[in-house]
Amino acid sequence: MAPHGNPEAPGSAASDINREAPKVAATTEQHQESPWSLWEVFVRSSRGLSHVHAGSLHAPDAAMALRNARDLYTRRNEGVSIWVVPAEAISSSDPDSKGSFFESPQGKDYRHATYYTKSEGVKHL
Amino acid sequence: MASQNLQSVPAELSPEEQEREAAGQAYFDRIISEDSRIEPRDWMPAAYRKTLLRQISQHAHSEIIGMQPEANWITRAPSLKRKSILMAKVQDEAGHGLYLYSAAETLGQSRDQMMEDLIAGKARYSSIFNYPTISWADMGAIGWLVDGAAICNQVPLCRASYGPYGRAMVRICKEESFHQRQGFEILLELSNGTPAQKQMAQDAVNRWYAPSLMMFGPPDEDSPNSKQSMAWNIKRFSNDELRSRFVGMMVEQVRVLGLTLPDKDIRFNEETKKWEHGPLDWNEFKEVLAGRGPCNSQRIERRREAHENGAWVREAAVAYTRKQAQKENAA
Repeated sequence: MAPHGNPEAPGSAASDINREAPKVAATTEQHQESPWSLWEVFVRSSRGLSHVHAGSLHAPDAAMALRNARDLYTRRNEGVSIWVVPAEAISSSDPDSKGSFFESPQGKDYRHATYYTKSEGVKHL
Repeated sequence: MASQNLQSVPAELSPEEQEREAAGQAYFDRIISEDSRIEPRDWMPAAYRKTLLRQISQHAHSEIIGMQPEANWITRAPSLKRKSILMAKVQDEAGHGLYLYSAAETLGQSRDQMMEDLIAGKARYSSIFNYPTISWADMGAIGWLVDGAAICNQVPLCRASYGPYGRAMVRICKEESFHQRQGFEILLELSNGTPAQKQMAQDAVNRWYAPSLMMFGPPDEDSPNSKQSMAWNIKRFSNDELRSRFVGMMVEQVRVLGLTLPDKDIRFNEETKKWEHGPLDWNEFKEVLAGRGPCNSQRIERRREAHENGAWVREAAVAYTRKQAQKENAA
């Protein structure tokens, strides 16, 4: 499933990992299949920071996706580096399985520093 | 909420499907009551999806059509500086349209379909863009009044319950403030210019004032969808509430401009603590929305022409991509 999701085929609890499906169902009878596919855009705002998802756009290939991303998402120096990724190449966790898929950290408070209270007041710890 | 439940579970569903729908509705209701965000792959009521799709696509179309009244003055901007600013602004409007089309697509509508609906005259967009821009001062009045009203409307939408819409609005609002300030500056310069320039600025404010107030939509009592949109945390304030706030801001700012608002009835109501304005011509609003405004057909015709004239570019880009792919396969 695309991070944007496909409302025609909502994710089910059947599997935790879904292969991406095209965002829009292939029911566009009156259209030719649009070769301007969907790309997700990630922008690094300055050196030392990660690329962060900025949005999406349509483009026929990676080179044009990059140029379009530059024009659309960095008109005001918002980035020093851009990644474009075909939306259909992204795998994502299933939204319906949020409970089971993410439950392992629950009940494991000892993974957080705040669990250890006896050291309160001790300096540099 | 119980009544919504009944509406969204059609009778022909199997018991398992009904159970799933009910679970989805319960989850949705909880997210909304916690003032959290709905994301594209979450279950959502069909009416919520439909409302959002209508609102976001209309908003996107408004940005795209909104490029035209201003592009009208790019070649006649009074200086290179003003021309550069205007081009940057029109480019921003295109960008805003694209952010919003992306958000609408996450609800299951294809972009091609939205484009087709727009040029077929089937889609709605803000009535304000069907008025002509007859003088340079209109660039000032649009920036100050029209973008000002848009900002008033859009800032609360940054907290809309649908994640992709809210995120698009955050990006848009950041960029809009430059739009309003450059408009204010145009009017201020004209107002401090020759008497003829000042008159031109006043004339533009006179023409754009009422249409910009109508951008907030019909009065609350004639806006049947507003209540539901507010219950879903899409809208945060009613049309009249936002309009009143906007009038209050403009009253202050117009003094700095040395101009006046063409409304003798503006007053601050001490009891309700709200700004009030004179009557608006809602028949005109309905006429323009129904396609009988001064520039409706011209706007759609121009959009259709631009889309068709750009067809060869889109085709060439695809042909190039195919050729590159073939070369790669052959190698």
